[in-house]
Amino acid sequence: MLGFVIQRFLQAVLVMAAMSVIVFCGVYAIGNPIDIVIPPEATQEIREQTIRRLGLDRPLYEQYFIFIGNLLQGDLGRSFVYNIPVLELIGGRLPATLELVLISVISATVLGVSLGIYAGYRPDSWVSKTIMAVSVLGFSVPSFWVGLILILFFAVNLGWLPAGGRGETVEIWGIGWSFPTFDGLSHIVLPAINLALFKLAMMIRLARAGTREVMLTDTVKFARAAGISEGTILWRHLLKLISIPIITVFGLELGSTLAFAVVTETIFSWPGVGKLIIDSIAVLDRPVMVAYLILVAFLFVTINFVIDLVFALIDPRVRHGAAA
Amino acid sequence: MSDTNTPFRRFWTEFRENKVAVFALAVVVTMILLALFASVVSPQNPYDLANLSLMDSRRPPGFVGSGGYTHLLGTDPQGRDLLSAIFHGLRISIQIGLAAGFVSLTIGTALGITAAYLGGRIEALIMRLVDLQLSFPAILLALVMVALLGQGKAQLIGALVAAQYAYFARTAYGAAKAERGKDYIEAALATPLSGRLVVWRHLLPNCTPPLIVVATVQIANSISLEATLSFLGLGLPVTEPSLGMLISNGFPYMMSGRYWISVYPGVALIILIVAINVVGDQVRDQFNPRLRK
Repeated sequence: MLGFVIQRFLQAVLVMAAMSVIVFCGVYAIGNPIDIVIPPEATQEIREQTIRRLGLDRPLYEQYFIFIGNLLQGDLGRSFVYNIPVLELIGGRLPATLELVLISVISATVLGVSLGIYAGYRPDSWVSKTIMAVSVLGFSVPSFWVGLILILFFAVNLGWLPAGGRGETVEIWGIGWSFPTFDGLSHIVLPAINLALFKLAMMIRLARAGTREVMLTDTVKFARAAGISEGTILWRHLLKLISIPIITVFGLELGSTLAFAVVTETIFSWPGVGKLIIDSIAVLDRPVMVAYLILVAFLFVTINFVIDLVFALIDPRVRHGAAA
Repeated sequence: MSDTNTPFRRFWTEFRENKVAVFALAVVVTMILLALFASVVSPQNPYDLANLSLMDSRRPPGFVGSGGYTHLLGTDPQGRDLLSAIFHGLRISIQIGLAAGFVSLTIGTALGITAAYLGGRIEALIMRLVDLQLSFPAILLALVMVALLGQGKAQLIGALVAAQYAYFARTAYGAAKAERGKDYIEAALATPLSGRLVVWRHLLPNCTPPLIVVATVQIANSISLEATLSFLGLGLPVTEPSLGMLISNGFPYMMSGRYWISVYPGVALIILIVAINVVGDQVRDQFNPRLRK
């Protein structure tokens, strides 16, 4: 087991190193950041001074090693545009994104599992068929389009909910959060629905497939024979049996929702990390792009590493197969 | 079931039984035709600036513009007739989707089959890479690639391919791996036929059904992904708007109730994507031996 952990850990480190090289070189190759940072009317002297200050006159590999050295000390450079440390910039935006992602994924899971169990428990009722039809739409309709329709319907036509922004925030431990205030909560509803829809469809499918399978097993037959009520069977036995794949997907989806938040945040002008990165790509704010991509890669590598370990703990075939 | 002489006839006879799928196929074909003949069926050439008048911009559906004809779906902020813009946008979206789909299919299949046929270190290397990539969401990969490559048609297709080839590689690998172990391949390899010929004549044709299914779904996905990227302002240049770009252009005007600029291109996009998916579902069911009667 220890060998497996070490092997996977080394693999993760290798992937991170490769990602950092690719991202750094790739981002370096686009545009000329000098033109953005320095106003065109600046004198030659100021130009050269700024280039030297930002380290843009050194060869590429040297810039990379300086970058990695700083990275390992927790310094990801300064944004060209905002002129504040990138980590501070991203850190300031992160709570907004996390709040949105967590609310979406959790509500999608709770609602999706309940609907999915119902659809699996009574597969022939019209309610179940409606649930499944809606879940197909959740899969195939692009999420930015759903966001537009939500805005058009609830914000423009009905005027019930705000179309963008975060609303009133409350400071908890020095960080602003939207969910404790009514105004903030009303701002979060539409983007959360938008972000949750795809996950909801997936959770419905997972829970439905699991339920249909489990309801045919001996466990359920014996429980019924023992006179246990249907409600207890569903809540005590079925839920436990279908939870393993659902927990796995929950973990995986947390990461991909974070990536998808880019789209939702842009539509609803939600001031999170996703909006920041789109704006940064538009103005070629190199340090922010590099830092964001590296952070996301780190997040994904970590999630995959943890999932690999969890699988190895649950399923001995995985760790023996990998060791051989 | 009268004509069962060719595989294609058999396939079509079965396909015809699902009325919804036939309808969806008709929709897809119609949209492809509209895209092909966009310049013939459109009342206006939306790319010719001489045709556009700012007087006509952002007019509601049914407005009779300075060109003397009715704008059935209204006009966009540049004064383009929206119906014409949708036909032309459809052309670009389908073009990009098909191009990205076929390039990904080629690269992915080549990698998957190479891995399955050669085995050993090369297999481990290729598939490890593919699995790693599959663990990242496609939108993120496409976003990174667009950021790295810059904007333009070729770059966009490159980004979509980079985000999608792994699905083909995984599918081709799975199918080829299963076929590779079968006796007929062993028998073919025992003859003096070259390995390359065995792959081309025997291995590849037997791996096509699952690849066709993945291809339909992925073409729909790349159309949708392209629209998303264009909506985020990271897709194509503004001069030749795809459907995503049209939606994006209309977005700022939606707040003031000018819904049509965004909504109609979006409706076209969704009809296209859903129709391709329905056809894809039917094809998958027909190729799935477990569902065969």
